[in-house]
Amino acid sequence: MYVAVKGGETAIAEAHRLLADRRRGPRDLPALSLAQIAGQLSLAVDRVMAEASLYDPILAALAVKQARGDMIEAIFLLRAYRTTLPRLAISQPLETAAMQIERRVSATYKDLPGGQLLGPTFDYTHRLLDPDLAGEEAEPETPARRAVSGEKVMRVSDILDGEGLVEGDGSFGPDHVAGDITREPLDFPMPRDTRLQVLARGDEGFLLALAYSTQRGYGRTHPFVGEIRIGLADVEIELPELGFSVPLGRIRITECQMVNQFKGSAKEPPQFTRGYGLVFGQSERKAMAMSLVDRALRADEFGEDIVAPAQDQEFVLSHADNVQATGFVEHLKLPHYVDFQAELDLVRRMRAEYEAKRAGQAGDEDAITSEAAQ
Amino acid sequence: MSAIEGIARTNFAYLDEQTKRMIRRAILKAIAIPGYQVPFASREMPMPYGWGTGGVQVTAAIIGPEDRLKVIDQGADDTTNAVSIRAFFEKVANVAVTTHTRDATIIQTRHRIPEAPLSEGQVLVYQVPIPEPLRFLEPRETETRMMHALEEYGLMHVKLYEDIARNGHIATTYAYPVQVAGRYVMDPSPIPKFDNPKMDRSPALQLFGAGREKRIYAVPPFTEVKSLDFEDHPFTIQRFDKPCALCGSTHSYLDEVVLDDRGGRMFVCSDTDFCEERREAGHVGPLGVPA
Amino acid sequence: MPQKAANAAYYGAFQDPVTNAQAAFRGIMDAMARPGRIHVFADPARPPAPLSPAQGTIALTLFDQDTPVHLTQGLAATAVASWLSFQTGAPIAADRLQARFALVEKAAALPPLSGFAQGTQDYPDRSTTVIIELEALSGGTARRVAGPGIDGETTIAPLGLPDAFDALWAENGAQFPRGVDLILTAGDACLCLPRTLRILR
Repeated sequence: MYVAVKGGETAIAEAHRLLADRRRGPRDLPALSLAQIAGQLSLAVDRVMAEASLYDPILAALAVKQARGDMIEAIFLLRAYRTTLPRLAISQPLETAAMQIERRVSATYKDLPGGQLLGPTFDYTHRLLDPDLAGEEAEPETPARRAVSGEKVMRVSDILDGEGLVEGDGSFGPDHVAGDITREPLDFPMPRDTRLQVLARGDEGFLLALAYSTQRGYGRTHPFVGEIRIGLADVEIELPELGFSVPLGRIRITECQMVNQFKGSAKEPPQFTRGYGLVFGQSERKAMAMSLVDRALRADEFGEDIVAPAQDQEFVLSHADNVQATGFVEHLKLPHYVDFQAELDLVRRMRAEYEAKRAGQAGDEDAITSEAAQ
Repeated sequence: MSAIEGIARTNFAYLDEQTKRMIRRAILKAIAIPGYQVPFASREMPMPYGWGTGGVQVTAAIIGPEDRLKVIDQGADDTTNAVSIRAFFEKVANVAVTTHTRDATIIQTRHRIPEAPLSEGQVLVYQVPIPEPLRFLEPRETETRMMHALEEYGLMHVKLYEDIARNGHIATTYAYPVQVAGRYVMDPSPIPKFDNPKMDRSPALQLFGAGREKRIYAVPPFTEVKSLDFEDHPFTIQRFDKPCALCGSTHSYLDEVVLDDRGGRMFVCSDTDFCEERREAGHVGPLGVPA
Repeated sequence: MPQKAANAAYYGAFQDPVTNAQAAFRGIMDAMARPGRIHVFADPARPPAPLSPAQGTIALTLFDQDTPVHLTQGLAATAVASWLSFQTGAPIAADRLQARFALVEKAAALPPLSGFAQGTQDYPDRSTTVIIELEALSGGTARRVAGPGIDGETTIAPLGLPDAFDALWAENGAQFPRGVDLILTAGDACLCLPRTLRILR
């Protein structure tokens, strides 16, 4: 006597209890506070905010904690929350030229107004595990801080622009309404504003690999880091009743302007072109990868042959989202036995036909052999 | 921590009203153009893409306090993902649920159409992973959209015919493409082709939601749904040579259950509600016991 | 409820926006899925005249910032425009081709259907849904109709459609999958004519 499998509900409840237990970990250790996560695992929190498209360090810290440190799961949690939020206003474009700089490096000029500023970077650290962090940690020294100088940290792209050697900053006509990929279905070919939105929330690893592929010759773009800047930018909204914009607060962002060689075309003179990256929080790797992929995706604008994966909009933009990707890859673990049964039936039938045919052929061969023997 | 305080509240059926309106408009256009995939701004749901977010959004946009919801996966009400989706709607819409096909006003399904005939007034909501029937021939959306626009389905027929030439069979056993109302070729979602005939002229409204791919499509009631085939190779469905071991049914889709490590197998109805009703009505299969 | 013309925009909405909109939508969906079936709204909106309760209900259920709405000249001159704007946020589209929805009041001349957005061959969903108030949804010339959603054929007899309607409708149907969809209304009831509906006569 066979009894059909039952009890899905109980099984789910028990699995969730187990998950809660594992998430908490050993009870003799104190639970992590959100402030600790936001304060000490801040780059993890930044990545979650960036790929969830929601700037809120404490909620992102909660997501990291709830997800047991699984970044994509944390991104997913924060995105699902973001979906439920009302749209109260649309901010003015961020004025990154005016941001308060924490880090700013240019690879194209030795020195420039505003200077080179290393900021809190892993660059030039020797990647040696630090035993001092293993136990009771000594308080690190308080870093020296300089007063805000008020000196304008001019953008490298503006320097090149002054000389007329770089293409103009991308602009749409006055009638263009900026798209919103979280409110509208993707529609190919996609204009650059929505492409950049997809890249900004795209998976860091996926963009990194694509960017790397362009450097290795799959859609080369001859890039130079015009500038990377990290710092705090004001978010402003315009109040129609007042007729001017008011600041809402500041967010930490990373901006990368990649400068790429371009030999010119029938329509355009030889000049440098741009690739752009902008990411919430401190995430240089993502901003750089984004700007390389942005430039690669502009191939058709410059009449370049589309020959590499990173230049292929539909390919890049349809697969950049890690929440979508993980969902669909992982859905294969859901039961598929109904479809598998249908396939089983077909393969069995085809196998039976195959065996029958082979048996028939073997029979013929036997007959030939016996004839020859006679 | 003011941000934390605001997390708990959600609207009836989870989605905000603006999102529901957007989905509702898409549903109406989908009904007006049977089989055509209407793009919609699919939202992130609190469950993974590929796990029924499209179906869940369609259900959330149509469901009301008067409804009775049934959720099945592989034909069964008790599979884990069906349990999870049903629990979601119980929580966010406080809606009555049922496992009985006949009692349900909305049936959300993954991979099956119930065996019991559906009736007018019922809505069948399919969860769809890949809505584009031409996708396995052509990965590009820009290309497939053009093929639908021009009603250019020759490639699909060629592919099916190549199967016949090579294997003597059309090697598509599930997600078998159909043509709706004589125009659009449509993916019926990964139901076994056994279920395809149930779509044809069904009295129920059939809605399809693909969340990750952001498409909604529909088959209105009493609409012709024809499985693609050829004159010399007409469409046929799988037949089982054994009855259901529990209820003895000879005309339902069966799951294969492995009983031991010596090749022991049994076949039981995939539609658990159908099987239980038959047993309650006194039908007994070779391995079953009277209810 | 007595209303002053000046603030008519603030009255006549759903009592319970979430539940009323859901119930209204199910009615519209069923009517669109089963052309020929008349649906009567149970808790209709009370928009300012000449918009009918059914038209107001459909507006509250489906219109918002994302759906430009075209009004006939007659409607645009009434409190209906400010009511729609306040209650739904829908922008008014002077250009019929930009309209996702269009409203036509009772006894107004039926605008040419081909003047509205027809959708494109690759995006046929991007067409206008025209909502037309009539004298009544029954009692007019009987027309035998068929198409998806109808078991065999059925009869509709809306009262107040122009004589040329059948020819216009055939033209609309001939360009399938492009074409407009109609919702005929009268008082608190509606009847849907998706573009797939064929008039047999």
